[in-house]
Amino acid sequence: MDKNFAARRRRDLVIAAVLAALAALAPLFVKDVYVQNILILTLMYAALSQSWNILSGYCGQISLGHALYFGIGAYTTELLFTKFGVLPWFGMLGGGVIAALIAMGLGYPFFRLRGHYFVIATIVIAEIGLLLFQNWEWAGAAMGITIPVRGDSWLKFQFMRSKLPYFYFALVLCCLAWFVTWWLEDSKWGFWWRAVKDNPEAAESLGVVVFNSKMGAAAVSAFLVAIGGAFYAQFLAYIDPESVMGFQFSLLMALPAVLGGIGTLWGPVLGAAILIPMTELTRSYIGGSGRGVDLIVYGTLIVLISLALPQGLVSLFSRAKSKGATR
Amino acid sequence: MTAQAIIQSLASGLLMGLLYGLIAVGLALIFGLMDVVNFAHGEFLMIAMYVSFFLFAFFAIDPLLSAPLVAAALFVFGAVVYLLIVRFAMRAKANAGMVQIFSTFGLAIVMRGLAQFFFTPDYRSIPQSWLGGKTISFAGVFLPEPQLIGALVSILAFAGLYFFIHRTDFGRALEATREDPGAVALVGIDKNRVFALGWGLGAALVGLAGAIMASFFYIYPDVGASFALIAYVTVALGGFGSVFGAFAGGIIVGLVEATTALVLPPSLKSVGIYAVYLLVVFIRPRGLFGQM
Amino acid sequence: MTALLETRGVWQRFGGLVANSDVSISVGRGEIVGLIGPNGAGKSTLFNLIAGVLPPTQGTIWFDGEDVTKMPAAERCQRGVGRTFQVVKSFETMTVIDNVIVGALVRNTVMREARRKAHEVLEFTGLAARADVRASDLVPAEKRRLEVARALATEPKLLLLDEVLTGLTPTEAQTGVALVRKVRDAGITVLMVEHVMEIVMPLVDRAIVLDLGKVLVEGKPTEVVRDPKVISAYLGDRHAVSA
Repeated sequence: MDKNFAARRRRDLVIAAVLAALAALAPLFVKDVYVQNILILTLMYAALSQSWNILSGYCGQISLGHALYFGIGAYTTELLFTKFGVLPWFGMLGGGVIAALIAMGLGYPFFRLRGHYFVIATIVIAEIGLLLFQNWEWAGAAMGITIPVRGDSWLKFQFMRSKLPYFYFALVLCCLAWFVTWWLEDSKWGFWWRAVKDNPEAAESLGVVVFNSKMGAAAVSAFLVAIGGAFYAQFLAYIDPESVMGFQFSLLMALPAVLGGIGTLWGPVLGAAILIPMTELTRSYIGGSGRGVDLIVYGTLIVLISLALPQGLVSLFSRAKSKGATR
Repeated sequence: MTAQAIIQSLASGLLMGLLYGLIAVGLALIFGLMDVVNFAHGEFLMIAMYVSFFLFAFFAIDPLLSAPLVAAALFVFGAVVYLLIVRFAMRAKANAGMVQIFSTFGLAIVMRGLAQFFFTPDYRSIPQSWLGGKTISFAGVFLPEPQLIGALVSILAFAGLYFFIHRTDFGRALEATREDPGAVALVGIDKNRVFALGWGLGAALVGLAGAIMASFFYIYPDVGASFALIAYVTVALGGFGSVFGAFAGGIIVGLVEATTALVLPPSLKSVGIYAVYLLVVFIRPRGLFGQM
Repeated sequence: MTALLETRGVWQRFGGLVANSDVSISVGRGEIVGLIGPNGAGKSTLFNLIAGVLPPTQGTIWFDGEDVTKMPAAERCQRGVGRTFQVVKSFETMTVIDNVIVGALVRNTVMREARRKAHEVLEFTGLAARADVRASDLVPAEKRRLEVARALATEPKLLLLDEVLTGLTPTEAQTGVALVRKVRDAGITVLMVEHVMEIVMPLVDRAIVLDLGKVLVEGKPTEVVRDPKVISAYLGDRHAVSA
């Protein structure tokens, strides 16, 4: 039994390495900037969703306000860069730390809330953040911040001529988020989180400090999402509150995990790989002409998958596997 | 700031609050009945506003008159949504909460898409409704007529709902089902039928609100989003599932919004509502009137 | 040697309702003690107070020579209190082995050791064959057993069993009784709440009968069942009338 388990863990790692290597080679074949753009976004949302999944999937605390941490990552990086000349790399880390601290600070009152009260509180706090940034003159208010062009360099993490560096960074971020999940899944934290999700009272009786578990999950999750936000800001070279902190980000972080399989290792990646290209393609091919057809397709898919496969697309794989395994 | 101004804004806050209550009560009803939050509630409102708009545009029926028609249309719509989607969402064995959230959320997105497709993203309004733009002056306080009528309709609707729940057979079945869904099956009440009717009723109430709103608010595919969050806050403030709580929650939200607008720039007026929500649930994690 | 567990003058009130009034009991090391009484006697409340779900309104609880009255449940578990739930609370989406690993992690921070411990406990409780099954796919008797396994994985000094034998078929109950004996033989003290006397009486060393929130009688099971006070307390309760 133990051997099976270790073998499965190793297999996951090998699959991930192969996929990452294949993805790294993709730019050799994909020269089209539009397609590269989609790949970058796919990788970014995979990373974000993977991070969201830690708090909401594994630990079961459904957040629809993660846009807050995304925006904090973006704003910390750009405010430090434009106002104080701090390199984006430090801003990125700083944003991650600030987001994690805020997540824990909010955790104190929030984690007492149950069910819908919690979900709504997360939406509300992200809305408050959005409104505050929209009215914060020093941070550019609703006009936002344009990131000054300083020439292409890794030091300044800024590239105008080619999108490939962003692609590779997004790939690394995606791998990082996946690896962190993989690593935590078979750790004390991973078990605690799943126990808290399934039954907090029973978890408490087995020595799990429920509150600390949630705090840990919130911190890791917010940190990684903020890194994503910092990346996105550099990638866009322009930020404003709506375009880095809008509700749609909270949604776009949650959906890949939900569609792929919430609380699973592969769910977010699988979900993002299907959802993001589909979103982008429907938006550009039918979205422009058909007025809302993209939303119709997209929404229908969400309804159907959540009804037909409550455990996400990954359950298709495990179902096939368990069928093969029955004697 | 004069006393006049304060009274003025509290009065309009109160009127708006009564309307918020009416928008939210359907959500509370459905939640109380079956523990499901309809994340497409805002889109129900949006559809109601469009129905009202087209009844006006094609048949020149004033929103005030068409309100019962809109409510009836929404009743059917709500019941159909239950039968086609929610019924199946409730059967989910794994990730039940998630399935409920995202199946109704997906529906919201579809509805927005459909509205964009059929009605275009343009902003529309009903220009010459009976009430639109008129105000009544009362001791120096100006009250817009549509909101005033809206508030009256809301109070009547709540009174009717109270009567309905406590005095009719269906109302009693509704109460019984929410108290003990298992037991009602034993006495021969078809749970699915009660749920479908509950969804119909919830949607009809938001339909009523939508018809009123149509006479003084812009109508566009995303209009629901801005009211949905307020509706969730209203319902949560009142304590999920409590019909009376939605009424009180709506008034509180309206007053808080008006008060915030007095002290903060208008663009921040929602912050007050959100802050009050957080404050209330931190002190009472189950809302003001929710059972602890 | 002091008792492993002691409650001193414990009261619990819920509004106007008094669930426990002035309850003082003690459980010695290595004992199997049965906590019995008719419905509404306050057994579950006392059980929850000992497990640390909520603090008592008044009085103190001592475990292993330490005042644990205000200590939260998780910390009591770390001190050596393991428990099961009357209404089973499995981690439904997790496999049996993963359920038990959660418990094992209290004393084993290295995953490999926790896993080994969990397998050991599954062998001990006879669930080894079901290790990779999802908890939601277990039959009720297995779920009860899983509750016990999970608690045992925390390596408790005191195991609190909340009606683990109730509602089982006679055969299942027999295996359950054997398991409780085995647990005691492994050096773990057991305090078990049961509603139905027939099942527990042959098993326990000592029985404490609660009625109306108070300790009614305490003593050897054979004496307790003959006590007129116990008989009259149970008489109103048809399900449990016994020898």
